[in-house]
Amino acid sequence: MTEIEPRSHDVLIIGAGGAGLRAAIAAAEAGASVGLVCKSLLGKAHTVMAEGGIAAALAHVAERDSWQVHFRDTMVGGKLLNDPRMAEIHAREAPERVRELERWGAVFDRTRDGRILQRPFGGHTHPRLAHVGDRTGLEMIRTLQDRAVAAAIAVYMECTITHLGMTDDRVSGAIGYWRTDGRPAVFPAKTVVLATGGVGRMYEVTSNSWEYSADGHALAYLAGAELIDMEFVQFHPTGMVWPPGVRGLLVTEAVRGEGGILRNSDGERFMWKYLPDARRHEYAETDEEATRWVEALTEGRQTDARQPPELSTRDNVARAIYTEVKEGRGSPHGGVFLDISYLPSDRVRRKLPSMYEQFLELADVDITKVPMEVGPTQHYMMGGVRVDAETGATTRPGLYAAGEVAGGMHGANRLGGNSLSDLLVFGRRAGTAAADAARAERVMPQLSPVQVDDALAELEAPLTRQHGEDPYRIHEELRATMQSLVGIYRTETELDEALASIADLRRRWDEVRVDGPRIFNPGWDLVFELRNMLLVSEAVTRSARMRTESRGAHSRLDHTLTEQAWEHLNVVVSPDGPGMRVETTATVAMTDDQRLLASKG
Amino acid sequence: MAETILWVLRGSERESARWIEYRVTTEEGMVVLDALHWIQAYLAPDLAVRWNCKAAKCGSCSAEVNGRPRLLCKTRLSDFPEGEAISVEPMRAFPLIRDLVTDVSWNYRVNARMAPFDPPKDAPEEAWRWQQEDIERVQEFRRCIECFLCQDVCHVLRNHETENEFAGPRYLVRAAGLEMHPMDQGDRLSYLRSDAGIGYCNITKCCTEVCPEHIKITDNAIIPLKERVADRYYDPIRIAWRKLRGESEPGEPSAPQT
Repeated sequence: MTEIEPRSHDVLIIGAGGAGLRAAIAAAEAGASVGLVCKSLLGKAHTVMAEGGIAAALAHVAERDSWQVHFRDTMVGGKLLNDPRMAEIHAREAPERVRELERWGAVFDRTRDGRILQRPFGGHTHPRLAHVGDRTGLEMIRTLQDRAVAAAIAVYMECTITHLGMTDDRVSGAIGYWRTDGRPAVFPAKTVVLATGGVGRMYEVTSNSWEYSADGHALAYLAGAELIDMEFVQFHPTGMVWPPGVRGLLVTEAVRGEGGILRNSDGERFMWKYLPDARRHEYAETDEEATRWVEALTEGRQTDARQPPELSTRDNVARAIYTEVKEGRGSPHGGVFLDISYLPSDRVRRKLPSMYEQFLELADVDITKVPMEVGPTQHYMMGGVRVDAETGATTRPGLYAAGEVAGGMHGANRLGGNSLSDLLVFGRRAGTAAADAARAERVMPQLSPVQVDDALAELEAPLTRQHGEDPYRIHEELRATMQSLVGIYRTETELDEALASIADLRRRWDEVRVDGPRIFNPGWDLVFELRNMLLVSEAVTRSARMRTESRGAHSRLDHTLTEQAWEHLNVVVSPDGPGMRVETTATVAMTDDQRLLASKG
Repeated sequence: MAETILWVLRGSERESARWIEYRVTTEEGMVVLDALHWIQAYLAPDLAVRWNCKAAKCGSCSAEVNGRPRLLCKTRLSDFPEGEAISVEPMRAFPLIRDLVTDVSWNYRVNARMAPFDPPKDAPEEAWRWQQEDIERVQEFRRCIECFLCQDVCHVLRNHETENEFAGPRYLVRAAGLEMHPMDQGDRLSYLRSDAGIGYCNITKCCTEVCPEHIKITDNAIIPLKERVADRYYDPIRIAWRKLRGESEPGEPSAPQT
C-alpha cells in the first residue's frame, strides 16, 4: 500500500457539524495541528437543519432567567438521568458560547433594546433560545465555518472514516476512503475527536439527513469504548406527514414557541389532557391565559400568564400526538393539526420563513391561512459515547466525543435548543482537551501496515464479491424493523423480535455486494453505514429491553410506570469479544447544591 | 401507482456521458431527488448524486432539471407536464466527477481568499446592540445555503474561462454580508475590484432568478458593492483630488470606510 499518503495531525476531528467545527477551532487555538474530516462538503452538516435556536440563559427577555434555572430545566426534562456535571457545565457556559458566536459574525434576531432575542421552547421555564428566524443552525454553521477557514484548519471533505487506528490500547488515527475517487485515506493522529452526530437513518420516518448513520457510535464501540443511555431515542412531535416524499421532515418547535396550537380532528386542543400532574402548574390553565401569553410574546413584553400546553416536553407531546392518532382522532393523512394561522400573516412569515416556504413549496399548504398536519418523527439520539464531563474523553485513551454522538448530557429526553448549545460547549471542551492530550504525546503514532491492510481489504470486499445481496434491501428492512418494533412505544416481545431481525440482517450483511466503480458510489457508501447502523440498532434495542420502566423518551407498554429504582441507573453497552455486553451502572450523583436546584419549582 | 420517465445524464467524463432512461414508480408529492433515490434503490444502485438534508437547507443537491439549475429536493415532479420525460444533468459550470456530482472545490478556494469578519477588538458590550431593521439586509445575505446554483447559472463563469478573475455571485453576496455588518471594519473594496473582479458582472440577474433562498443577489448585494467600488476608484472628483495631491490610486486604506 505504498501509494497511500498518510496525513498526520496532532488532533483529528471526525465530523464538521457544530461540534466538530467548534472542536477544531478550540484545538487550533490551543496550538495543535488539526485535521477535520467530513463525509460531505464543508458547511452541509446536519447542524444546518437546526431551526429553533440555541438555549442559553442570557436573560435578555426574561430577567429572572439564570444558569441555575437552565440547569434545573435540563435535569427535569431529562428525568434526572443526565450527568449533572454536564448539565451544569452546559448551563453555565452556554451564554458565553452564544456571545462568542456573535463576535465571530453571527447575526441573531434582536430584542427591542437591540440585544440577542430569545424565544420560548418546550420545557424551558423562560424564553431562552437565541435564534435567527427558523434557520439558526445555518447561521451557526456558517459562522463556525468562516472562523475555521480563517484559522486555515486542514479540512478533508467528502472523506468517509470506516475504522479507527489503534496503537496498543490507544486510539491513534483513522482509516477510510475518499468518496470522490475511492482511494484509501489514512490519518495518523495523536488524539481523535468524534463529532459524527446521530443515527436517524436507522428509522423510516426521521428528520435526519443522509449523514446520520450512527458512524461515531459504531466507531467508538468497535474501538472498545462504552455507549450509554442508548434506549433514549427522541421522536420529535412535529414532522410533516404529507406528501409521502417529505414524511418526517422537521416542523420546528418554534411554531409552538410562537403560539402554535395543536388540535385533533374533533377540533379539540388536546394537550390539556396530557400535561403530567406534577408539571401542570407550570402551564396556562385556560385558553384565555395561553392567549395572553402569546400576545405578550408577540408584543415583546413581560407577562404573568403561563405558557401554552403545547410547550410541554417533546417526549410528552410526541406520545400525545401518537395516542390521538391511534385512537382515531387524527387528521386526514395520519397526523394532527398544528395551527399558527390565527396570528398575523406577516409575523408568521417573519418568524417562521423556512416553515412558510417548506409547506407552500412541498405540500401546497399556506400556513398563514390553514393549519399544518404534523406527526412524530425520529429526531435525536440522547444516548451516545460515554464521556468525561469536563473533557469529552471517552473510556478509550486518545478518543474524545462531543455533540450528538456523546451521551450523558440530555438524560432520558433532550429539551429543544439544548443541542446547539451542547455542540458549542462540549465541542470546545473536547477540542481543547484533545489538543492538550496530544501535546503530551511526544511521537506521532504510525498506523501498522497490517491494520491498514485489513481495513482496506474490508472496504474492497463488497466490490469484488461475485454474488451477494444489495445493501439497499437490508437497509430498507432495518428501517422497517426499527420503526415498527423499536419506536415510541416498546414491549419485550417486540424488542426480542427486533433483535432476531437485526441478527438476521447482520448475517446477510456479511455477504453484501455492490456494483459500479469506487468513484462516488452510494451503494458502496451504504455498506459501511449499514455496518454501523446494524450495530447501533442492536445497542438501542438491547438497552431498551434492559430498562424495564417508562422514562422520558423510553416508553414501555409492558412497564408503564416510572420506577424509583431506575432513577439512579444508566444502561451501558460495550463490546465483549464478539458479543455485546449490556449492564447498568449507577448514575453520577448530584451534589447537594445541584439537588437543591433540581428540586426547585 | 403512477410512472414518470426520467432521463439522467450519466458518466465520469463530459464527452462520453450518456443519457439513460429510467421509468420511476411515483407517488403524490415526490420531488426529483425522491425519484433519483428510487432509481438507486431499484434500478441503478451506483447512481451518483450529492444530497444531505432533503429539506432545501444544506444546498447539496444542485443540478440542472430540464436545463434549469435547481435544487433536486425542492423540485416537484408535478411541476412538469404529465407524461413528458424530465431530464436531469449535472451543473455545467463545474468539472464532472460522476453522474450528477461535480467538483465544486473551486468555490471553497475562492471563499478562502476573502478577508474574514473583522470587528473591533475592544468594542464595549453596548456597541453590540443593533436594531432588527439595521440587520435585515445582512440577514438576507446570510440566508445563503451555498448551493452554488448562482455560480452555475452565471454566464461569466459558465461560458468564459474566468474562474481566476471573477469570484461569482455567491462570494459577492458573502462580501456584501461582511461589508454591511454593523460591526465589521474590514475593507474589501480593493479585493472586490481586482481579485473578485466585480466589474465582470453585467447585471443580467440570472443568479437572482435561480436563488432558492430568494436572495436579491443583484439588486441588494452586487449593485451596492459596485457603487461602493465606483465611488472609491472612479469618482471624477476623487481622481482629480488625487492628481492634485500627487497621490497614487488607493490600495487598502487603514481607516475604515463608512
